Amino acid sequence: MTFFLQQCLIGLTNGALVAMVALGYTMVYGIIRLINFAHGDLIMLGACLALTLVSALGMAGWTGAATWLGVALLVLLCGLFCGGLNVAVDRIVYRPLRTAPKLAPLVSAIGVSFIFMNVGLFWLGPADRSFPELLPARNLLAGEGLQFTAKDLLVIVVVVPLMIALSVLVKSTRLGKAMRAVSQDPTAAALVGIDVDRVIAATFFVGGFLGGAASVIYGLYINTIGFQMGFQNGLYAFTAAVLGGIGSIPGAVVGGVVIGLVRALSSAYVGERWTGAIVFAILIVILVFRPEGLLGRGTKEKV
Amino acid sequence: MTTSPSPDVLTDATTASPRDRLLAFVRERWDLVALVALAVAPLVVPALGGALGGQVTTLFVYCILALGLNVMVGYTGLVHLGIAAFFGIGAYLFAILTVPMYPFQMRFVTAAAVSALATAGIGLALGAPTLRLRGDYLAIVTLGFGEVVKVTLRNLEQITGGMKGLNPVPPPGAGLKIGGTDLGLAFAIDPRWFYYLALLTLAGVVVAMRRLENSRLGRAWVAVREDELAAEAMGVSATRVKLSAFAMSSAVAGLAGCLYAASLSTTADPNAYDFNRSIMVLCAVILGGLGSIPGTLLGVALLVGFDTVLAPWADSAIQQWNINPSGSSLLSFSGWRLAIFGLALILVMRYRPEGLVPSRRMAAELHEAHA
Repeated sequence: MTFFLQQCLIGLTNGALVAMVALGYTMVYGIIRLINFAHGDLIMLGACLALTLVSALGMAGWTGAATWLGVALLVLLCGLFCGGLNVAVDRIVYRPLRTAPKLAPLVSAIGVSFIFMNVGLFWLGPADRSFPELLPARNLLAGEGLQFTAKDLLVIVVVVPLMIALSVLVKSTRLGKAMRAVSQDPTAAALVGIDVDRVIAATFFVGGFLGGAASVIYGLYINTIGFQMGFQNGLYAFTAAVLGGIGSIPGAVVGGVVIGLVRALSSAYVGERWTGAIVFAILIVILVFRPEGLLGRGTKEKV
Repeated sequence: MTTSPSPDVLTDATTASPRDRLLAFVRERWDLVALVALAVAPLVVPALGGALGGQVTTLFVYCILALGLNVMVGYTGLVHLGIAAFFGIGAYLFAILTVPMYPFQMRFVTAAAVSALATAGIGLALGAPTLRLRGDYLAIVTLGFGEVVKVTLRNLEQITGGMKGLNPVPPPGAGLKIGGTDLGLAFAIDPRWFYYLALLTLAGVVVAMRRLENSRLGRAWVAVREDELAAEAMGVSATRVKLSAFAMSSAVAGLAGCLYAASLSTTADPNAYDFNRSIMVLCAVILGGLGSIPGTLLGVALLVGFDTVLAPWADSAIQQWNINPSGSSLLSFSGWRLAIFGLALILVMRYRPEGLVPSRRMAAELHEAHA
């Protein structure tokens, strides 16, 4: 039983991380119906920056409160970097394709992903790099016989407030209202005076910011980064977004947690090497039987 | 790039100079000219009897694979991100039917036919439940399927040999004696045998695709791509049409897989059939021109040419000029491979979404959408 609980705990923390990435997919998809293939690689670049900053600041030697402050700084800087990069890519690559057939932005996103990967290859080199352990490895739940260290706590501490901030942003601010309006009908939104391009840019920024934050946590939590990490992690996160109902923000969170649990449990009970196949098999089954996802609403194809 | 010469081209050709006449002929019948040139090449270029012959054979195999993908992405407009999985399924089925490890040990032609058909069947099995999905969801299903296939091939070691793959895949005609020489031995010794086999198959696939393009089914594919609702209103069953595209695509990809495994005499490891391969083939089709046979062939030639000719040449040139004494990957040409492909995709989508050698229908459709 303890073993099972432990796996669930791992799954939850992993899932929170997946959810952060999934939000980037779901927000962009919700607003311009684009599967942003480059999102995973954007996060890889965020992790590159995080690693560079960690070595430049010599953070491995920091202790106590300084470490936590340093991590907060990393989250902020990498978030701004990824958000800004995402906005720039949207401006340069996707915006000119708004009226083009759907294939064009999708293929362009694959192109952007290639370019990001190449940048990451130069930044990190071809081999995987280890990300230093900054946080103390003290077990916080030793009394219950479970393993829950500062690293796991970090995931929760960063992810939960960001999610709350995001839902406040989307639900109760002017920008959030504009986002929801554009996502429902860009033309009508433009007619009532919403600057659609700016709202889309803001969405890309928010999605990128969450991705950048996720990249820091990823580095600190998994401790290994490499230029190819974007593809696999992006796919898992995308699966989570689809599972929850793409375009739905709570859906991405639920989907992320479910994917995290599935990964942890299948690694524990079936074998790590089958995890990828199981996650994607679930993706296919969900798409076939409930394409609108767990929390999504069905959309009708328009003429 | 019309297939039937228009009247004014003919009159031009009779009055024009011999050089113009030759050019006009090449433009009209590029296929025949290319086929003859490629058929004569091994007799003239001795290098094709060596490693180069093997490389060109692989190029032909990728051309076949890309033509298969073109059925789905080009004609029918369904984005397929897992074509390499079907390529792999074809290769592995073929290997299972021929390697000494298994009891089947079929002849080349039988094994190739069976595996192509079975690959089509697997394509149908994946397509039937998923075709009602919207475009980008279908893309994700094919991507996910590709990953599932790769992981399965890697992990089912008892059946697929895991990372070692299945080998040795016997050459075609092993044990078949023609005039005292073993045909299989000839295939194993001289790569030109495979060269001709692949060229012949490619020519066959091109002819078949041409016929399909203008057939009832081919026109239905395009109709569904351009407007599914309108096509259905005209009595075209979109589901059946899409399924047939799925099956055709898979069958051709499977056939390419058979040739691949046979020419390498191994299935290679499952990583040869991963997402990167799928994307590269997709890039070739998109760069060359969706729905265009010459475009697809050109796209593959460009991409494979980039990897096997241009990149090694540029790298050695950089080394010779001694620009890069430190050996930094920033200053090597092949280090920029991914970025160059990515940029090419973005630029093509932005400025020439119909590809380098567009099919006329696709060009018209894409430019109408821009207007």
